[in-house]
Amino acid sequence: MKDRNHLANIGLVHQVNVIENGLIDIPMLQVLQPDGTLHPQAELPNITQQAALKILHTMQYVRVLDERMVAAQRQGRISFYLACTGEEASTVASAAALEPQDMIMSQYREQGALAYRGFTSKEFMDQMFSNQNELNKGRQMPIHYGSKALNFMTISSPLGTQIPQASGYAYGQKMAGLEAVTICYFGEGAASEGDFHAGLNMAAVLNCPVIFFCRNNGYAISTPSEEQFKGDGIASRGLGYGIRTIRVDGNDVLAVYSATQKARELALEHQCPVLIEAMTYRLAAHSTSDDPTSYRSKDEEGSWLLKDPVARFKTWMQSKGWLDEEQNLAFIEQTRQEVLKELKLAEQVPVCPIEQIIEDVYDTPPWHLKAQLAELKTHIDMYPEAYPKTSGRS
Amino acid sequence: MATMNMLQAVNNALITAMNDDEKVMVFGEDVGHFGGVFRATSNLQQTFGKGRCFNTPLTEQGIIGFATGLASQGSVPVAEIQFADYIFPAFDQIVNETAKFRYRSGGQFSCGTLTIRTPYGGGISGGLYHSQSPEAFFAHIPGMKVVIPRNPYQAKGLLLASIRDDNPVLFMEPKRLYRASVGEVPEEDYQLALGKADIVKQGTDITLLAWGAQVEIIEKAAAMAEEQGISCEVIDLQSILPWDIETVCSSVEKTGRLLINHEAPLTAGFASEIAASVQEKCFLYLESPICRVCGLDTPYPLAHEKEYMPDHLKTFEAIKRTVNF
Ligand SMILES: Cc1ncc(C[n+]2csc(CCOP(=O)(O)OP(=O)(O)O)c2C)c(N)n1
Repeated sequence: MKDRNHLANIGLVHQVNVIENGLIDIPMLQVLQPDGTLHPQAELPNITQQAALKILHTMQYVRVLDERMVAAQRQGRISFYLACTGEEASTVASAAALEPQDMIMSQYREQGALAYRGFTSKEFMDQMFSNQNELNKGRQMPIHYGSKALNFMTISSPLGTQIPQASGYAYGQKMAGLEAVTICYFGEGAASEGDFHAGLNMAAVLNCPVIFFCRNNGYAISTPSEEQFKGDGIASRGLGYGIRTIRVDGNDVLAVYSATQKARELALEHQCPVLIEAMTYRLAAHSTSDDPTSYRSKDEEGSWLLKDPVARFKTWMQSKGWLDEEQNLAFIEQTRQEVLKELKLAEQVPVCPIEQIIEDVYDTPPWHLKAQLAELKTHIDMYPEAYPKTSGRS
Repeated sequence: MATMNMLQAVNNALITAMNDDEKVMVFGEDVGHFGGVFRATSNLQQTFGKGRCFNTPLTEQGIIGFATGLASQGSVPVAEIQFADYIFPAFDQIVNETAKFRYRSGGQFSCGTLTIRTPYGGGISGGLYHSQSPEAFFAHIPGMKVVIPRNPYQAKGLLLASIRDDNPVLFMEPKRLYRASVGEVPEEDYQLALGKADIVKQGTDITLLAWGAQVEIIEKAAAMAEEQGISCEVIDLQSILPWDIETVCSSVEKTGRLLINHEAPLTAGFASEIAASVQEKCFLYLESPICRVCGLDTPYPLAHEKEYMPDHLKTFEAIKRTVNF
């Protein structure tokens, strides 16, 4: 419909023509078969052994992180955690296909993308314990990471709000003439929010170089995707908005890597948005506050365990002779030790001094905030035992 | 009478309403089979079927727009917003649509049967986005009622009254009390009047006013003050809008002093509205300035949650300052 007259290119029919769901059927890119062997017809992405190892190690790292932190939550050492087990390939391989100058806007289950960029165990732990070293000054719950240095926008809890923001950020990159894109991650649940529709439409119309990356993992807390949407998933919505769209096997590192490389290329070349729908499964609970046994079966989870993205990629790497099993086990063990060590260190670090409570509300605190801080400090001095985190420090 | 926590009382009220009127429907994110993230809607789908208790897609504007339309048709929707922090995507629907539905049609159409339930408030290590107390935003909209219970008994009686009230009601549940507050709740159907405050404790020197989970805080401060010989009258406002100006003013006329406590930030919080009205009505009775003990004018923090909270100690100090003015 290039013509400015929007009727010019519409075909005509002369009986009522109802277009039914099912006419478009968007296929899914798969490079590795579930058993880790290369699909006979598959086109292999251009990937080096070094890149493959970094992807594998990052996936194994976040798996260790998830295990440790879920345990730490059970022990009451942190208040909350959210695991990405089962979805590592989607977030790690997509991040691997980007460049460091590309902005990442994430939902909350993308610790893999952040770890790939180089967020350290110390930084993860400082965030989780909201201590004074934490980059966001301990203001948000665990898992709300953010790092300006790594081009990873600080996460906000309200779902979907980052989607139109990503369109805006990408438009800014384009106007500044940067060789960069924005990637925006979200779940299929968040794709029901009004912000999703607004964000995609803005990006399409304003030609923003943004990659919308939907992790379709089957559930939004307890709500299965059949109760979340009708039609052909999230991919069909990309097409509806006039956005180039790719559906990919989210448990297949090579497929996600290829798709994201292609998406980045398209976004830069055409200065346009691209939507990727990664079909995957949340093996973990939604969060440490959730109990999935009340809404899904062990059989269902079991069938997805067989599609484990980490094992699948490992098998392929072994078949290439790219993996030394002993070295790999040593890496995992060393990762465990490192996470544990940083966890113990981070939990000893105090929270930010009380002065910071009024910082960053505005660029500089106005009079009323200064007055409230002064009053608060006087009060804390009167009852030091009642405010142990901040009393006696200034 | 049965002993229930606040979640069980809410659940019991919903069952009572659904049994009483088949037009009552309960929906929201995860409220169906799972029973809601806090389990306030447990077993409703199993008992009343998927037609009357269901999961919605994850869209608050969708939930409230849908509920408003459904109510205008004559059904009785009870829509859940999973956390009050997430009501803002539905703000336009509530402010511009739900609240103005009856007025703009000259009374021809109404969505008065709608009740919106939402957990609110802090004290649960929820940080910025799982702790807010947004009642003042909604008290600023003509056309909505805003109701907040403080214990299981109130929760059931006020929720039933909200569902049956012929105005859209925002029913805010203090989530820090969901399991912590346990008490006797009648099994039978009963209602507590909307728009009425509850005098929790009589006193003569100062009136302490709060709602929801903060009532517990002012009660604690009152106990400390009593030890110093200060007699406090403790009032739970219960309905934020319309609010019971009569009960509050007659108490202030007796004690001569008023302290209002809420968790939401101080500036433009609902305490400001109360203070302005009370000084207008009770100016000659006041022996000291009306005092507000509220959250700070910052977003709700995580690591500094305890410092942010208008707790019993801050309230106790403020009581002494006000009495010794
Ligand atoms: C606006 C808003 N509404 C509700 C919530 C509560 N909530 C947090 S996560 C979640 C489910 C999200 O599901 P999805 O987007 O599919 O991501 P997944 O958890 O499956 O990775 C909900 C309802 C929220 N954070 N924000």
